[in-house]
Amino acid sequence: MALSFMEGNEAVARGAISAGCSFFAGYPITPASTIFSNMLTMLPPNGGICIQGEDEIASMGYCIGASMAGRKVLTATSGPGISLYSEQISFAIGSEIPMVIVDVQRLGPSTGSATRGADGDIQFLRWSNTGGLPVVVLAPKDALDCYTLTIHAFNFAEELRCPVFIASNKEIGMTRESVDLDSVELPPIVERKYSEIGKDEINHKYLPFEADKDSVPDFLPIGCKTLVRQTSSTHGADGYITIDPNVIAQSQERLINKILNAEERLTLYEENHRQGADTLVISYGVTSRAVEDACEMLSKKGKAVSTLTLKTLFPIPQKLIREKSEQYQRIVVIEMNMGQYVENITRLLPTKKIVFYGQMNGVLITPAKIMEVIQNG
Amino acid sequence: MDSFLNTKRPPVFCPGCTHERITKAVDAALVKLNLEADKTVLVSDIGCSGLFDTFFNTHALHGLHGRALTYAAGIKLANPDLNVIVTMGDGGLGIGGAHVLAACRKNLDLTLIILNNFNFGMTGGQYSVTTPSDAVVGSEFLNQAEIPIDICEIAKSGGATWINRCSGHDSSLPDILCEAIKHKGFSIVETLGLCTGRYTKRNQLTPKVIDEMIERLPNYSGIVEKNQRPEYGEQYRNLANQQKNFPELFKVDKIFDLKDMKRQEIVILGSAGMRIVTAGDMVCYAAISAGFNASMKNDYNITVLRGQSVSELILSPEKIGYAGIESPTVVIALSDEGVQRRIKLFSKLEPSTFLLKEKSVSIPETSATVVEIDFKEYQIKKQDWALASLGFIAGKNQGITMEMLDFALKSRFKPAVYESAIEIVKKLATITM
Repeated sequence: MALSFMEGNEAVARGAISAGCSFFAGYPITPASTIFSNMLTMLPPNGGICIQGEDEIASMGYCIGASMAGRKVLTATSGPGISLYSEQISFAIGSEIPMVIVDVQRLGPSTGSATRGADGDIQFLRWSNTGGLPVVVLAPKDALDCYTLTIHAFNFAEELRCPVFIASNKEIGMTRESVDLDSVELPPIVERKYSEIGKDEINHKYLPFEADKDSVPDFLPIGCKTLVRQTSSTHGADGYITIDPNVIAQSQERLINKILNAEERLTLYEENHRQGADTLVISYGVTSRAVEDACEMLSKKGKAVSTLTLKTLFPIPQKLIREKSEQYQRIVVIEMNMGQYVENITRLLPTKKIVFYGQMNGVLITPAKIMEVIQNG
Repeated sequence: MDSFLNTKRPPVFCPGCTHERITKAVDAALVKLNLEADKTVLVSDIGCSGLFDTFFNTHALHGLHGRALTYAAGIKLANPDLNVIVTMGDGGLGIGGAHVLAACRKNLDLTLIILNNFNFGMTGGQYSVTTPSDAVVGSEFLNQAEIPIDICEIAKSGGATWINRCSGHDSSLPDILCEAIKHKGFSIVETLGLCTGRYTKRNQLTPKVIDEMIERLPNYSGIVEKNQRPEYGEQYRNLANQQKNFPELFKVDKIFDLKDMKRQEIVILGSAGMRIVTAGDMVCYAAISAGFNASMKNDYNITVLRGQSVSELILSPEKIGYAGIESPTVVIALSDEGVQRRIKLFSKLEPSTFLLKEKSVSIPETSATVVEIDFKEYQIKKQDWALASLGFIAGKNQGITMEMLDFALKSRFKPAVYESAIEIVKKLATITM
C-alpha cells in the first residue's frame, strides 16, 4: 500500500481533474486558496484554464460562461465568498448551469476567523438562492472524501444540470493527512447529456429548456451550430422571458423535482452498526471522525453505540435517515455549529428521543466531549 | 446574411429611444462583417440594454446586473473562436465597475457596447454614474452632490486598447462597431443616447446636444496607442502552454519495518520563519515510509514571518479519526510564542512525554521528561532549529528513526537542499544526554 500525504484542498483539486474539470475561476480566500493554487498547477499542463477573478462575483460569472460553453467547471471559496457568489448561484440553479462549488467553511459570522474551522454554512448553502430551490450539498469528512466526493459532485452537477456544493471545512481543507487514492472505487465519470442533434448541424427544433416532466433539459453549448439561449430571467422552454403562470409553475416544479426525485441516487453515507446498540449518533463532516473515535472507545468500555455519517446533506436523505434510525431508541446529533441540521432529523423522527450537541468556538469537538454527550444526554 | 434581427422579437423600446437605433447599428455591423451567427454571442445584463440579447439570431446569454463582462470572459476563454459582444447600460457600468476595469487590464478579445443614456430608465429614472450633476432625475437631489464619471478616460487609464465615444445617432455607428469588433483585444464603444421614457422629459437633451457634449469631451476614436499589447487569451495560452509538468501524485511505499509501532502524537511549538511546517511534513513522510498513517494540523497567523507556528502531528498504525492532539508523546518547544499558544498543554503532560526544549525557551511546570539543548552551542541557526530537533528525536528513536528521516529528506528535497538538511539533522543526532 503506497500512501500520499496531502491536505483536503489538494484532494479536491485532484478529484476535479479526475472528473474531467477543465476550467477553474476563483478569488483567494483562506482557507480555500490552496484549491485555487493546486488547480493552477494542475490545469495548464492538462490544457485546462485557471483564472483569478477580480472578485468572487466575477469568478462565478467566468464559471457560468465557461460552463455554458461546455466546460466542466470548479470554483472554491469560504463563507464570505459564498455571500458574494449568491446572486450567481441563483442564476446557475434557475438556469440549470452545471458547476461544482467548494465552500471550505471557516468560523463565522461575517469575516469571522480565517484560520478557524466550523460547519456554519450548512443552511446558508441550502438557502443561498433567491427562490429557495433545492440544491445538492455533499460533506466530506477527510482528504479521501474530498477526492471522491468531488468526483461525485461533478457527476451530479453534469447529470442534473445544477450547481453542486461541497461543504468542506478548514479542519479538512488545510489538514494534511496520509491517503491512499488508489484504494477507492470511483464512480464512472458522467458527461453532460447533449441534444442528439444540434451540436454540429442546425437543429431548428432545439429548445434550450425543453424537458420531460421532472427531468433535465438536453444541453447544447454556446458556440455550437444550433443557436443557444441562456437567461437568468424567468423563462420558458425557448429561453425567452415568460409570464405564463402555467409555464412558470411547471418549470419551478421541474427544478424542484429533478433534485428531490434523485434523493436516493444522491445519498452517500457511511455507517457503523454495532450489535446491541440502542443509540445512533448522526453526524457529518470532520466531526464524524471524533464521533467514530468516541463510539469506538465506548465500545471498548462495553457500551455499544452505532454511527451514521451523512455525506449527502441535501437533498435531505430522508429515506436513509428514517431507515437507519428505525431500530434505535435514541438519536444523538453532533454538529460543529449551533444546530443547523438537527431540526431536519427531529422533523423526520418525531417519535425518537433526539439529543443534540453543537459547538462553534473555532476548535474541533473532542471525542471526550462526544462520549460525555452520549453517556449523559 | 441580410440581417441578424429576430423578426419574431422586434425591439420594444419607448418611442424615440436611442437603443433602437443602436440595435439596428449592431445588426448592420454584424451583416457588414459577415459574421457567422453560430460563432457570435451577445451577452447582456439588466436594464433596457439587457433586452438586446433577444433581438438577434445569434447565441445569447442574459445575466445579472453589471456582470455581463464576466460571463463573456468565461465564454471567450472557454471557446476563443467566438465573437463575443457585450451590451451594458450606464447602470451596469456602475455596479459592474470592477469588471470593466478588469476587462481593460486583461485585454481579452471582447467588444463592450455601453449604452449611456444618463439614468436608470427601467426602474424610474434614478441617477447613475454618468448622470450630470445638474440633471433633473428621479433621485431628487442626490446627483447634485456627486459628479459623473468619464468611462473612456477610466478605460484608457485602465489599459483598454481600443476606445470610441460617439453618439447613438451617429450615422457611422455601424462602421465604428465593425472596427470595434474587428479589434483584437478589448474594445469599448461608449454610445451617448436619449432615454425618451425618463430622462428627456425633464432634461434638454437632443442628438444635437449630445454632439456638442462629445465635442467638449476628450476625443476617443479607436486605437489607444499607449495601451497596445497582445490580446489576453493569446498571452494566457502562451504562458499556460509553457506549464508542462503536471504535479503527479507522490506516493510513499512502506519500506521500513518498525518492530514496535505505537501511536505517536507530536507537537512542534515554534515561530513563523522557523520552518515548523516543513519539519512537520518531514516527520509525516518519515512515518509513512514505515507504514504509519499520518496527519498534520498547523496553526499559524495569516501574517507571514511573525507570530507562532505550531504543528500537531499524529502518526498511527490505525486510521486516524479525530485529528486533534490529546496526549502528546513528543513535544518540541522552540519559541516562547509557540509555547504560549499551547500553554494549557503542559500541565497535562505525563512523565512518558518526551519534551525537547531549546535553552532560551521558558515553559511552565510539567511532569514531562524534559531535555534541554542549547542550539546556539551547536551553531545551529534559528531557522534550522526545527529540522535539527528532528535529528535529535530520530537519534533517540522517538517516533521516527534516522533512516526514516533520511528517506523523507531525500525524497522531498532537491539534492543540494538535502545535503545541507542532513548536515543540520546530524548535528544533534548523536548527542547523549
